[in-house]
Amino acid sequence: MKQQIVTQQNQKTPVGAVLLVGGGVGSIQASLDLANSGFKVYMVEESPAIGGRMAQLDKTFPTNDCAMCILSPKLVECGRHPNIELLTYSELLDIQGEPGNMSAKILKHARYVNESLCTGCGTCQEKCPQKTLSEFEQGMGTRKAIYVPYLQAIPNIPVIDKDMCIYFQKGKCRACEKLCPAKAIDFSQTDQKLDIQVGSIILAPGYQLTNPEVRGEYGYGRYQNVLTSLEFERILSASGPFQGHICRPSDHAEPKRIAWIQCVGSRDPSINKGYCSSVCCMYATKEAIIAREHDPEVRPTIFYMDIRAHGKGFDQYYERARDDYGVRFIRCQISKIIERPKSKNLLIAYVDEGGKIVEEEFELVVLSLGMSASEKSRNLAQTLGIKLTPYSFCQTASLSPMETSRPGVYVCGTFQSPKDIPETVSQASGAAAFASEIISSARGELVTIKELPPEQSIAGEEPRIGVFICHCGINIGGIVDVPSVKEYAKTLPHIVYVEENLYTCSQDNQAKIREVIQEKQLNRVVVASCSPRTHEPLFQETIRDAGLNKYLFEMANIRDQCSWVHMDKKKEATEKAKNLVRMAIAKASLTEPLHEQELKINKRALVVGGGAAGMTAALGLADQGFEVVLVEKEKQLGGNLRDLYYTIHGNNVQEFMHSLIEKVHNHPLIQIILNGVIVDAGGFKGNFKTGIMSGPGMAYRKIEHGVTIIATGGEEYKPKEYFYGHDERIMTQHELEGRIVHKEIDPKDLQEIVMIQCVGSRIPERPYCSRICCSSAIKNALKIKEINPNAHIYIIYRDIRTYGFLEDYYTKARKAGVIFIRYDLDNKPETSLEKESLRVSVFDPSLRETIVINSDLLILSSGIIPRDNEELATLMKLQRTQENFFLEAHMKLRPVDFATEGIFLCGLAHSPKPLDESLSQAKAAVSRACTILAHDTIMVSGIVAQVEEKKCAACLTCVRVCPYKVPFINEQGVAQIDVALCQGCGSCAAECPGKAIQLQHFKDEQIITKSSALFKENVA
Amino acid sequence: MRLSYPPNIKIIQVPCTGKVDVLYLLKSFQRGADGVYVAGCMEGDCHYLTGNLRARKRVEFTKKILDEIGIGGERLEMYNMSAAQGPRFVEIAKEMTERIKKLGPNPIKRVASAALEYSATPEKKECVV
Repeated sequence: MKQQIVTQQNQKTPVGAVLLVGGGVGSIQASLDLANSGFKVYMVEESPAIGGRMAQLDKTFPTNDCAMCILSPKLVECGRHPNIELLTYSELLDIQGEPGNMSAKILKHARYVNESLCTGCGTCQEKCPQKTLSEFEQGMGTRKAIYVPYLQAIPNIPVIDKDMCIYFQKGKCRACEKLCPAKAIDFSQTDQKLDIQVGSIILAPGYQLTNPEVRGEYGYGRYQNVLTSLEFERILSASGPFQGHICRPSDHAEPKRIAWIQCVGSRDPSINKGYCSSVCCMYATKEAIIAREHDPEVRPTIFYMDIRAHGKGFDQYYERARDDYGVRFIRCQISKIIERPKSKNLLIAYVDEGGKIVEEEFELVVLSLGMSASEKSRNLAQTLGIKLTPYSFCQTASLSPMETSRPGVYVCGTFQSPKDIPETVSQASGAAAFASEIISSARGELVTIKELPPEQSIAGEEPRIGVFICHCGINIGGIVDVPSVKEYAKTLPHIVYVEENLYTCSQDNQAKIREVIQEKQLNRVVVASCSPRTHEPLFQETIRDAGLNKYLFEMANIRDQCSWVHMDKKKEATEKAKNLVRMAIAKASLTEPLHEQELKINKRALVVGGGAAGMTAALGLADQGFEVVLVEKEKQLGGNLRDLYYTIHGNNVQEFMHSLIEKVHNHPLIQIILNGVIVDAGGFKGNFKTGIMSGPGMAYRKIEHGVTIIATGGEEYKPKEYFYGHDERIMTQHELEGRIVHKEIDPKDLQEIVMIQCVGSRIPERPYCSRICCSSAIKNALKIKEINPNAHIYIIYRDIRTYGFLEDYYTKARKAGVIFIRYDLDNKPETSLEKESLRVSVFDPSLRETIVINSDLLILSSGIIPRDNEELATLMKLQRTQENFFLEAHMKLRPVDFATEGIFLCGLAHSPKPLDESLSQAKAAVSRACTILAHDTIMVSGIVAQVEEKKCAACLTCVRVCPYKVPFINEQGVAQIDVALCQGCGSCAAECPGKAIQLQHFKDEQIITKSSALFKENVA
Repeated sequence: MRLSYPPNIKIIQVPCTGKVDVLYLLKSFQRGADGVYVAGCMEGDCHYLTGNLRARKRVEFTKKILDEIGIGGERLEMYNMSAAQGPRFVEIAKEMTERIKKLGPNPIKRVASAALEYSATPEKKECVV
C-alpha cells in the first residue's frame, strides 16, 4: 500500500543511497547490508568515531565474547568499504523531500585535523599537554584535548576538543601542529554544511543511560563506591582505566563483596520509566560472572525484582551464574544504601527468603541502569517530524517495528525500544530491507566498482621479495630495534628491497608500496607490522592494485605477537622480530598466485515455511525484485497465525494474516508450493539445488536457487502436566484465546481463573524461557477482565518477563486486579481434579502460606517448541541448539545467518518470540539474502583443498574427515573437492594418508619451510 | 590486551588446528624445537566444526611417537582456548615454557649441538588458528 503511494508520488527514479543516523552496532550492520547489496551509504555519527555503546562494553552475554574483538572487524569493514561514507563528528539537521528522493542537510563539525592527510600515528595525542576526563572511560580515565575516543576507533583520526585546547582557549601552544609528521593539523577548519541526496533514511541513534540520580537514595555521586553499570563495564575492560584490574574508586582496593541493584530507572512509573530496559538482568549477570572470573574471591550479589532472561540461551546463562559462579540472586527491592563513613563500605538492608530483614555490607555497589531515549534523539525526532511514544522512544506500528510515522524514514535498535545487541542487529538488517525496498529500482546506480589492472604472470620467475617493516608509531619501534631488523632482512635470500616506515598502513605508504613493486619488479611482498587480522586485506588490496595476485602477500606479526607482548624484553623482542620476519620471508618465497573462481549467482530464493515469518520474507524478497519459491508443508499458508486472533497491542491477527496471504498469492514473483516436503538438498551459496516433493501425487521437482531462508517455525508445547487433556476446563493460552473468540467460553460466566506460567519451559528437559508466555497470559487476562471486570484471575508465575514496553501491560493487569502469585521450581503448584471441582494449590512465598483456589478454568501457559526440523537440518547441514531450534552463525552479531553461507533463518525456527519480532527477523533475513542476490557473480576463496589425482588411492579418508561432506569419489575413481563448497579448513589435507591433498596457501611445503626457518639460524 | 608472555614462543598460523599434520609436529622437533603446542578453539566451538577434535587426536598420537623415540611426549601439548581468553593464552605460554625449561633442550639438538658446540636456548613454536 505504502509502496504504491511512493511510486505514484515519485515519477522520477529514486536515489540509490541511504542515510544512516548513528554509528553504533545497529547502524554498522544496516550500512554493511546496504552497501553490500548495491546501495551507497552515508553514516552520520555525532561523536568523532563509530562503534557506539558496544565499543565500551567489556564482554557480551551469553557467550562472554569480547565486545571489541567481535565488533572491530565490522568497524574496519565500514571504514574501508568503498560504498560507505563515514560522516563522523556530524549531525543531521533536516530532511526534505519524499520517500525515494530526499535531501538531507548535515552539519560536519570542524575536527581541526585534515582527514586526508592524517595517518593516525598518535603523535599529536602523545604530545598534547592538555589532559581532560575521557567520555569513553566514563570519566574514570583521561584523554588529551586532541584525541581519538578509543584505541580501535574508526576513523582513526583525532579531533580537537575546542573547549579544552590550550590554543583555542588561550591562543598559545599549537604543539600538535608543530609535531604532526603528516602536517594534518588545521586550526583554520570551520564547520561545514553538506547536502546529501538519498532515497531513504534509517535512524539508529541509540540510547542514553538513565540518569542514576533519579534514585537519589542509592547515593550515586555522593558515595564513591556506588558505580553505574557502564562504569563497572569499563573497570572490567582490559583496555579500560584500570587495565581490567577490578578496584573501587575510594581507595583502589579490590572489592570482594559486590552488589548489583536492578531496575534503577526501569519499571518505575513514578519517574515516567514504566518500561523494562530488557538487558539489565543479563548484563548484571554477565558483569558478576566476569568479576568472578577476574578474581575468584569476589562474592557477587544481585538484588532483583524478576530475572528477565528471556533471550536465546539466557536462562542457561543465568543458571550457570547461580550454580557455577556462585552469584547470589536475591529477590528484593532495595530502598536505600548507607555509606559507612570510614571504610566507605555500603550497607544494604533487604528482606531475605525467610522474611527477615537483613543488613549486609558491600565494598562496591553497581547500579543496573536502564535505557532512556537521549535528548538528542528527541530533538532529532522533532526536526524530522517523527512521532514519539510517551516514553520518548520512536513510535512505530506495532506489527512493523521498523517503520516510523514518516514514510521513507525507518528506525532500528534501542531508539525503537530497549533491546540487546542481537535484536538490534537483526532489526538493523530489517530496517535495511525496508530502506532498500523503496529504492530497489536504483540498486547499483551509485556504487563504486573498482577497476583493477590485469594480474601479472609471475610464472617461472625467481622470488623477488620486498619487505616493509613498520614502526607503528612507537608501538613497534619503541620496543623492537626496527633498523636492525631491516639490516638483518637485507641479508636473507630473495630479498631485493627493504624499507622501514612509521606507519606502513598509511595511505601514502600504499602508494609507495605500489611504486616499489613496479620499480623493483617485486613478485612477493612481506609486511612486518601489526596483525593480519586487521590489516592483511588492506595490503592484499594494495599489491593487487599494483597487479600482483593477492596471495603473494605475506605478513610478519611483529606487534600483536611481539612488541606488545614483550614490552619489558626489548632485546629478545628484536631477536624474535627477526625470526618472525625470516619465517614470513621463507613462506613468501613459496607462495603462489591463486585464482578465485567466479561463479554465477542464481537470483532466485527459496523460503521454507509459509507462516508469518516465511510469508514476510518471501514478500520482502519479491518486493526487492527477486523471484521466490515459497514451500509450505501444510495445505495452506498461515502457520501459527491461524490460531491467533489478537495481539497484546490489540491487532487483529486474522485480518493481518489474510492480507498477508493475499499479497503473497498475488505477487507475480512468488511461486507457492503447498504440501511440499524437501527431500534432497545440495549446492552452495549462490547455487543451491533443492528437491521438493509436493501435492497429492507427491510430484518431485528440483528448485535451483541462490539463497535459502529457513522459517520452519515452532509450535505450542502440548502439556503433559497439570491434567492437561483430562478435563475440558484445562487448556493452553492458545486454546483459551480461540474459545473466547469463538464464543465457546463466555468470560462473563467465569469467576475464578488460574493461569500457570512456565509449563514445559525453564525445566531440565527444556531449560529455556519461551519468551511470549508471560505476555500471552497477561493478554488473555486483560481480555477477560475487559469483558468481565469481576472475574478473579490468578497468574502463578516464576518471573514475570514482560520486557521492554510490554511491562506496561503487566502494570495494567495489576491495576485491573489480576493477582500474581510466585512459585519456585521446587515448589510447583498442585492441581486436584474431582468431578465438580478443579482445585489449584500453591505456596505463596510472600504470605508464606499455601493458597487453595477453586477454579473455573485452569489455563496453562505452555512454551514454544520447534517444529520437527531434524530431517531438514540433516539435508541442508544446518546446526541446531540442544533444544533443537536452529543455531545461528553467531549469537551476537549474526543472528539470522547460518554458519553455512547463503542460508538464513527467521521466526520461531530461531527461538521463541512474539509476532512483531518474527516479522522483524524475516525482514532481516531478506536484507541478508539481498547481500548475495544483489550480485551477478560470487568469488570463491582461493584457499581450498586440491587433490593430486595420481596420488589418490580413493581410500575415503577425506570423504569421512571433511566436516562439510565436500569430497566425493568421482567417476574416475579419485577424490574430487568442489572448490565452491570447500571451506578451506585443511582437515582432509592433514589426514590424507597418501598426501594427495594440499590446501592452497597452506601447503605442507609452505608450512614446514616456514617453521623450519625458525630454526635455520640454530642449524647454520 | 597486550599481556606479556615469554618471547621464546613463536606462532605459526594455520587456518584451523584440523590442518596440523603429524608431520609438522615431528618435523619441528627434528629441526630443533624444544617444545610445541597446538592452540585450538574451545571444544564444540571449532569454526570448522570438528577440526580441533581431530587435532587433539593427532597430538595424542604424536605424543606416543615422541615417547617412543626418546624425545618425550610431554614436549608436545594441545590446548583449547577462545579468542577472548588473552589471560589464559598467557598462562599457557608461561606454563609450557616452564615445563620445557625443566625438561631441558630437545635431545636431538643435544646430539647436534655437542658436535657444533652450540648452546641452545629453549625455542618453541605454536600453532594458532
